[in-house]
Amino acid sequence: MTVEITVTVNGTAHTATVEPRLLLVHFLRDVLDLTGTHVGCDTSQCGACTVHLNEDAVKSCTVFAVQADGTEVTTIEGLADGESYTPVQQGFWDEHGLQCGFCTPGMIMTAEWLLKQNPDPSEAEIRAGLAGNYCRCTGYQNIVNAIGAAAKAGR
Amino acid sequence: MVTSNFDYFAPTTLDEATSLLSRYRGEAKVLAGGHSLIPMMKLRLAEPTVLVDIGKIDGLSYVREDGDGVAIGSMTTYRELETSSLVKSRYPLLADAASKVADLQVRNRGTIGGSLAHSDPAGDLPAVVLAIGGSVVARTRRSSREISIDRFQVDLLTTALHDNEIITEIKLPALPSGTGTAYSKFHNPASHYAITGVAAVITVSGGTCTEARIAVTGAGDKATRARRTERILKGKELTPAVIRRAASRAAAEVQDTLNDDIFASAEYRTHLTQVHAQRAIEEAAAAAG
Amino acid sequence: MATALFGDSVKRTEDPRLITGRGKYVDDIRLTGMTHMAFVRSPYAHANIRSVDTSAAANAPGVLTVFTGADLQEQLGGLPVAWLLPDLKQPPHPPLAYETVRYVGDAVAVVVADTAYQAADAAELVDVDYEILPAIVNAEAATKDGAPQLHSEAENNIAWDWNISGGDYDEAIKDPDVIVIKQRIVNQRLIPNSMETRGVVADFDSGRGNLTLYTSTQIPHFVKLLYSLVTGHPEQKIRVVAPDVGGGFGSKISIYAEEIVCGIVSKQLGRPVKWIESRSEAYIATTHGRDHITDVEIAGKKDGEIVGIKVDVYANIGAYLSTFAPLVPTWLFGLMLGGVYKMPNVVCRVWGVFTNTTPVDAYRGAGRPEATFLLERMVSRFAQEIGRDPIAVRRKNMLASHKNGRAVTTGVMYDSGDYKGNLNKALEIFDYRGFRSEQRAARRAGKLLGVGISTYIEITGAAPSAVASSLGAQAGLWESSNVRVHPTGKITVYTGSSPHGQGHETTLAQLVSSELGVPMEDVEVLHGDTDQGPFGVGTFGSRSLSVGGAALFNSLGKIKAKAHTLAAHLLESDPKFVTFEGGSFAVEDIPDKSMTFQEVAGAAYGAANLPPGMEPGLEEISFFDPTNFTWPFGTHICVVEIDEDTGQVSLVRYVAVDDVGNVLNPMIVDGMVHGGVAQGIGQALTEQAVYTDDGQLLSGSLMDYALPSADMFPMLEVDRTVTPSPVNPLGVKGAGECGTIAASPAVMNAVIDALAHLGVKHMDMPATSEKVWRAIRDAKETQRAARAAARRS
Repeated sequence: MTVEITVTVNGTAHTATVEPRLLLVHFLRDVLDLTGTHVGCDTSQCGACTVHLNEDAVKSCTVFAVQADGTEVTTIEGLADGESYTPVQQGFWDEHGLQCGFCTPGMIMTAEWLLKQNPDPSEAEIRAGLAGNYCRCTGYQNIVNAIGAAAKAGR
Repeated sequence: MVTSNFDYFAPTTLDEATSLLSRYRGEAKVLAGGHSLIPMMKLRLAEPTVLVDIGKIDGLSYVREDGDGVAIGSMTTYRELETSSLVKSRYPLLADAASKVADLQVRNRGTIGGSLAHSDPAGDLPAVVLAIGGSVVARTRRSSREISIDRFQVDLLTTALHDNEIITEIKLPALPSGTGTAYSKFHNPASHYAITGVAAVITVSGGTCTEARIAVTGAGDKATRARRTERILKGKELTPAVIRRAASRAAAEVQDTLNDDIFASAEYRTHLTQVHAQRAIEEAAAAAG
Repeated sequence: MATALFGDSVKRTEDPRLITGRGKYVDDIRLTGMTHMAFVRSPYAHANIRSVDTSAAANAPGVLTVFTGADLQEQLGGLPVAWLLPDLKQPPHPPLAYETVRYVGDAVAVVVADTAYQAADAAELVDVDYEILPAIVNAEAATKDGAPQLHSEAENNIAWDWNISGGDYDEAIKDPDVIVIKQRIVNQRLIPNSMETRGVVADFDSGRGNLTLYTSTQIPHFVKLLYSLVTGHPEQKIRVVAPDVGGGFGSKISIYAEEIVCGIVSKQLGRPVKWIESRSEAYIATTHGRDHITDVEIAGKKDGEIVGIKVDVYANIGAYLSTFAPLVPTWLFGLMLGGVYKMPNVVCRVWGVFTNTTPVDAYRGAGRPEATFLLERMVSRFAQEIGRDPIAVRRKNMLASHKNGRAVTTGVMYDSGDYKGNLNKALEIFDYRGFRSEQRAARRAGKLLGVGISTYIEITGAAPSAVASSLGAQAGLWESSNVRVHPTGKITVYTGSSPHGQGHETTLAQLVSSELGVPMEDVEVLHGDTDQGPFGVGTFGSRSLSVGGAALFNSLGKIKAKAHTLAAHLLESDPKFVTFEGGSFAVEDIPDKSMTFQEVAGAAYGAANLPPGMEPGLEEISFFDPTNFTWPFGTHICVVEIDEDTGQVSLVRYVAVDDVGNVLNPMIVDGMVHGGVAQGIGQALTEQAVYTDDGQLLSGSLMDYALPSADMFPMLEVDRTVTPSPVNPLGVKGAGECGTIAASPAVMNAVIDALAHLGVKHMDMPATSEKVWRAIRDAKETQRAARAAARRS
């Protein structure tokens, strides 16, 4: 069985015929060639695949592409306007919030959502908000600093 | 890791959805938020050949007053429970437990209906709903029934739900005045599921505990009422000694099905269940007082 | 962007692409006609392969071909070892097993299909008939008579029996004043978990006979060399590319079966082949770390003087020898047993033992964390036994400061160090006295609060190649750099080291900018592509700046010298009157006689007016081979609080004062310390690979293996002292692993300190809540029993 779906990704509507089992993350990466969204695990833990689905941060490895039919998806590629970064992206750069960069797109998408819900989070709230995103390089310290800096810049 | 192939339907009405379930009875699984089912399918521990996605049906996501109580649509997400002012004011333990489920991305997708239908032995909401009491509304193509939450969890990953039924709503009763609630959880550091979680709903009147519903998750094969603990509490003044004694019996009902894994032995789980029962009861009693 | 200086916290040039989703990791590579490969892996830890039926898989939708180990036996050869030890047993290590599987995850066949989903489906259809054999997972038990045997070449599963000693430990402990404290310590097996798993894209060009391998590795040049040696494919016809690499932590310093298999299959098929490891696959197919069972004894006197240490280690190396497996638990371990102490007597014996588990190789720190844990744990234990403060004992035994070499008992020469100065700075930041009074108050209030310290030293910057060779290295461990100044004065640097998060593109450009006075944005740093520069070694063992950076510094020196000569010639001045500052050559005292570096570069290529004998162009290569390793050191102090009811350990405070010599980019060094400390804390508190007795990995996914998460940590307080290294021109030491090495013992010493008043003396890692709860319960039982006995008597 295949299903035709239309998903608006970063403002552009894309129609494709897919197997129902195709995961949203693979739709983004392999059908639309948006490879900024990464796959870091297969059990919904690591958060590298985080995107926004109708403005909610979700793990795109745990959503079938067919479930996203008719929705709007934002990926890491949809944040910056040219070289003008969002406060979160800028915060990650300024505060050295990344090293290998593999978890970074998911971290940034989570952080964007977190700050939308809570524009002035405490350190503890930021740390709790990152429960679904693993980083193996930074010890999280500069990620927490980056999100704090973004919150400050956004106010 | 990919799931096996399946046929997919995305009905937009409950009638359509229940018809599909009848047509594919035995083969079809209901896909709600997908955060229990999809991981199982990726590991190929579940290989349904048909998925009926109820995510496109309008009107299954709500929290509203329902007579004296509250009705919650089955597709209401953890996040919606966590932030609902109605839930926070009427059932603070439900909002608190929802906020302790996994992580925010999971809470944005996972639903109360999916959680109850999946009945994970370490899920948070089954214990919380069990402690509050109430019922699960399930529909087939032809009929609808209310299943008391006390009869809903049957066994490991097994509920009273028939395979042609869809959960549409969870009905929670009004809690009497003088009721306090709490959910105390010790989470698995890797999966964030409950190693043990204890939900307590306690009513105090004139200094005496008149009603107590205590439910335990994570320790045994399903969410379970700690009835011995409840009996010790009921009719007594909730002194530290009474609470301690009641909590010490919190794992009694799950003794025969205790989980034992690399994160917590059965013995340690029993102990943690007692510790968190004490914490939950103390907190609920304080809120009740 | 302006010019940058040595010591500036320059923001990373890698980041703009990585924060916008434009990085390029192996899985992001798409080639025309690309096929997808899935591996069929053994579900049993030990079994003979009776037969493999591939027919169903071969007929599955989209499947192009299926190969078994037997099909490819000839082409694949065996995986090599890059480090030898005396009398090392080297059983064959076929990339695809064809007779026997020896661990869960051992690959037996591959399926190639049009899509990754089809390959995964078809892999499930390969039917392998196994004859299950008894398995063994515990390294000590594996050496006993009657244990299941993995390889006929290795009697009692022993791959090596290695030892090192200095002084005379047995003589020293005859002194009646000396007490000896013995302890068995298990350093648990860890799973590296770089966030990007491994992956390979192999692209064979049948027209030219060239093979390109894109692979997520720390050692692209070694992969090229070893691929050639294993398969016979001519080395000049192999290009290996490590694109953006999402972390490695040592797990990507091996040549892996999948690299060989992908290359061979691409050649057979005539199409590009991609394999991307799933996380669950990574848990069984990528090397693990640590896994030592050690009997340690420390000997010392009541006044706190430590006279020696003795260790016997069963090092679990898994089912086969991984590339650097013989090095990690031997030299990188044994040489470190003296620590920052006088330690006049050291005895160390290490058995490398085969077991039916995933092979073990380097994991951040690699050998040094195991040694440092033993030593720092036992020094604190010794202090506890003799009733003295752990810091006083450390101070009493600490080596004096030195600037240029200090020979120690294990036979090596520490390069430079001021151990007491570093300790003092850490204590000052931490306020040790203040904490002890806070701790007394906490105990009175019924709280369990503890402080732990580790004063570590480690070995980085491999290596003087001649020394490494004498210890068993099968390749030189220098590093290369190529500096190409273009006619416009823009610069391309190629470094042989191969970053996977370390920020080389920034720091090396910063070094160029600092040395030549050119803007950062005029410098492009390339790495990880064997066609783009000279042979290189790679990034591991905290070596990139001290060896690779030094190679770059030397290339820049040659560039400067040539440009200087040319500039003087063009300025018609004696070179000794020409200065070079801020990117400009000028003649002393003649203000208008000057040339920019860019103008000189143009002249070098224009070649219209070169000094006699000078070749045109401006490009230099250097290979730097240091005279010694570098030896960073430091002091880490940790405070934990323990929930007595549940045993849960919470971190309250963490102070890290490291000395990594001169620091090129403090922001990046601090970031490495943060990440390293987090990994060390992970080992101390949450991480462990657990096997069943029959070799099934219970901690086989992120659901079951607890990586540290953001909410575990307080803000780390990171500072440093600076003792330049004399062994490289930059004065730098390695900074990538010190955090990990220091943290585990600091945390565990804090856990024990919190429980010391209950009589707890040791606990193995990880200090899970259950383990801590049991320790508290058992200690209280013991105390109650003692009180009862006292009452009775």
